Amino acid sequence: MFNYYCRLALSSLKRNAVLTTLMIVVIGVGIGASMTALTVFRAMSGDPIPAKSQRLFAPQIQSRRPDDRDRAGEDGVQVSVSYIDAMAWMQARAAYRQTALYATTLSVRPVEPRQKPFKATVRVVYTDFFPMFDVPFLFGSAWRAADDESHSAVVVLTREMNDQLFGGKNSVGKTIRLDDESYTVVGVLSDWLPIPRFYDLQIVPFGVGDQMFIPFTRAIERQMVVSGNTSCSGDGGSAFPNILRSNCIWLQFWVELRTPEEIAKYRLYLSNYASEQQRTGRYPWAPHTQLRNVTQWLSYRHVVPNEVDLLVLLAFGFLFICLLNATGLILAKLMSRAGDIGVRRALGASRGAIIYQCLVETAMIGLSGGALGLLLTALGLAVARALLSKDFVTLATLDFADIGIAILLAVGATLLAGLYPTWRAARVQPAWQLKAK
Amino acid sequence: MTIRPILSSLSRNKFGAVLIATQIAITLGFLANALAIVEYRLSWSSRPSGMDEANLFSISSDSVDHPADLAARVHTDLATLRALPGVVDAFADYGYPFSGGGWISSVNLTVDQKTETTETAVYLADEHALSALGVHLIAGRNFTADEITDRREGDKPTPDVLIVTKTLADRLFPAGNALGQTIYVTSDQPERIIGIVDRLQAPVIEANGATSTIAEHSVLGPYRPIDERSDYLVRVTPGQLDAVMKSAEKALLTLNGDRILRIRSMEERRRTAYRGDHGLVVLLISVCTALVAVTGFGIVGLTSYWVTQRRQQIGIRRALGATRRDIVAYFQTENLLIAGLGAAAGVLLAIALNLWLVGSFEMVRMPGRYALIGAAIMLILGQLAVLWPARRAASIPPALATRGG
Repeated sequence: MFNYYCRLALSSLKRNAVLTTLMIVVIGVGIGASMTALTVFRAMSGDPIPAKSQRLFAPQIQSRRPDDRDRAGEDGVQVSVSYIDAMAWMQARAAYRQTALYATTLSVRPVEPRQKPFKATVRVVYTDFFPMFDVPFLFGSAWRAADDESHSAVVVLTREMNDQLFGGKNSVGKTIRLDDESYTVVGVLSDWLPIPRFYDLQIVPFGVGDQMFIPFTRAIERQMVVSGNTSCSGDGGSAFPNILRSNCIWLQFWVELRTPEEIAKYRLYLSNYASEQQRTGRYPWAPHTQLRNVTQWLSYRHVVPNEVDLLVLLAFGFLFICLLNATGLILAKLMSRAGDIGVRRALGASRGAIIYQCLVETAMIGLSGGALGLLLTALGLAVARALLSKDFVTLATLDFADIGIAILLAVGATLLAGLYPTWRAARVQPAWQLKAK
Repeated sequence: MTIRPILSSLSRNKFGAVLIATQIAITLGFLANALAIVEYRLSWSSRPSGMDEANLFSISSDSVDHPADLAARVHTDLATLRALPGVVDAFADYGYPFSGGGWISSVNLTVDQKTETTETAVYLADEHALSALGVHLIAGRNFTADEITDRREGDKPTPDVLIVTKTLADRLFPAGNALGQTIYVTSDQPERIIGIVDRLQAPVIEANGATSTIAEHSVLGPYRPIDERSDYLVRVTPGQLDAVMKSAEKALLTLNGDRILRIRSMEERRRTAYRGDHGLVVLLISVCTALVAVTGFGIVGLTSYWVTQRRQQIGIRRALGATRRDIVAYFQTENLLIAGLGAAAGVLLAIALNLWLVGSFEMVRMPGRYALIGAAIMLILGQLAVLWPARRAASIPPALATRGG
């Protein structure tokens, strides 16, 4: 029966080619627009570290007067931490793993003498960073904890940086010059680019990432300038060494906590720490701390730009219009064949059979529209990448999930649009139609 | 042409009419808001910076060799740049319009103020800055060479003279007597306004949000920034840009080759800064065009269906003496009724949508005229879309009535 309905549908669709094409185009355009927006949105709001987003936490402490909204999230707590607090938390070792981090820019003098020197974005971290964030290594490994303590001049390169500096060869043990000092390569990463770069949202969270990693202790010793926001609020200047001894906030801090008990324990540690600061008069206001995991952190920091939200809204409004339109067109299509339906009914087809037939026809339109929609989505994404700034759409490409969503959306939406016309078709009176002939 | 028969026929085709009216309402709701956003983003991204952009380029230099005397290097660099043929003037800046980030500071009128009066961008500028930028002094005077000091990272500034933009001057002193007044920017030392320039953008490129309200607030402080990284702004005589950009790079590398140079024209910087805005504009315009097209085709489709359905009635009307024009006018009036209803609902929807966007997306208020422009577009669209099916209806021969379908 299904095959017969498919044949019926095909012949019916062929009979009114203009209307059929119009329907497929309308649905295809609607699906294309909404899927483009949705894919961009999904890429930007996706979970950057699915295996651990519930285990990694960003502790926060109120480090400004409660009425000072400087660098504060919507709950009034600052989103960066000061060096003093970060060091206290590092030394307390109250979490399973922890790291303070910031970004700096260093000049790199390539090993090859004919290459020009260039600037690189360098991420400054403790060695816990690598296991915490599941950073994969191609060659070598992270530096040892002892290197953190001894401020060692060691560096971990990303794969791209290793390709650029060493032609992709295993460079572990080689040295490079950063700001005219020698650093020994201890590891090279394989491809790793969490989108968005959740662990530091101060600098463009969707752009090209960190190019190399060096020990935090080394960077502090060499007073490497922060690329990003430093906020001092009348607390001296935002330069070394003042930012080490003041309440200037400029660091990010992350901890890994494995169990609910560890989380509870860490919360307690944080609030005790804040109370202690109130007692000593460093932060004399009521203590306020927060501990958010990656998922909560991304939504708290509003990572997805307003423009993208707006586009998703617009695209789905557009899809809705397309569906209203499709409803009208399907209605016209089905009702122009009221005569055929009347004959079929008169020859004994049940209402259910008519509904089945109409739905098969509608679903075929939906499938074709979905296929066209996917093509348009690919096109739309290419255009979006070309139009919007790079930090907007980095990895917005179609994956299998997107293709599935597009087809389901197309067929589902078209069937929905076809409901009313189908119902009308099923109500066709056989006698009336025959009489009119 | 009487409306009654149209209404009675419509009441029998309620579903289709509601479908068209709803499409028109929603399309209008989106269209009006999109137009408002497009207009705002275009005017935002094309507002004048105050600089002589066509003849400006920036050249940033990062030292790799950590010279012992940074100040000497900056002084030599500047002297070399200024001496190049084709160069009008040059200075070492610290942030500039389009950079998207820089030094934003509070501005106060008294020293012990609890809440700040407003905020402003702070640019560092020597006595060459005004001519290098090409901004126009409209009151007071420029800095003199002996007022300029070298400023290193971490130095606490205590300037006693400032140049401000007119917008900031008017914001602080609405009476227009800003010249000679003292204000407090970045420090608790009073600073005297010695000059006012007509316009100089702050390095703010975000079209929405708190900083967009201070986008024309700029202060020039009498400093020459001395740092491992120097950004030089160079103004050339018209037509010399490409040539000087090349010769400037060569000259700086000849002075000292151990550095990383980046050279970009100011026009390129403007393009980069507002790329997101332009992308959004193109995207909104294309989506809206598609939206309008789809709605138009929907009207064509449904009206054609009605025409097919009413072939016989139309034949009868023709047989009874209705002219072709009457038939076309019938469908046009019908569409005007439906589209008018849809447009009325659409105007309300556009306003509601805008209020919601303002509330949750920090969007700008939509001026009322956009809802009206949108409504006009929808009515015209309806009339155009209905033309083809209506013509087809008019060509139905009166004889059809006698044949019985």
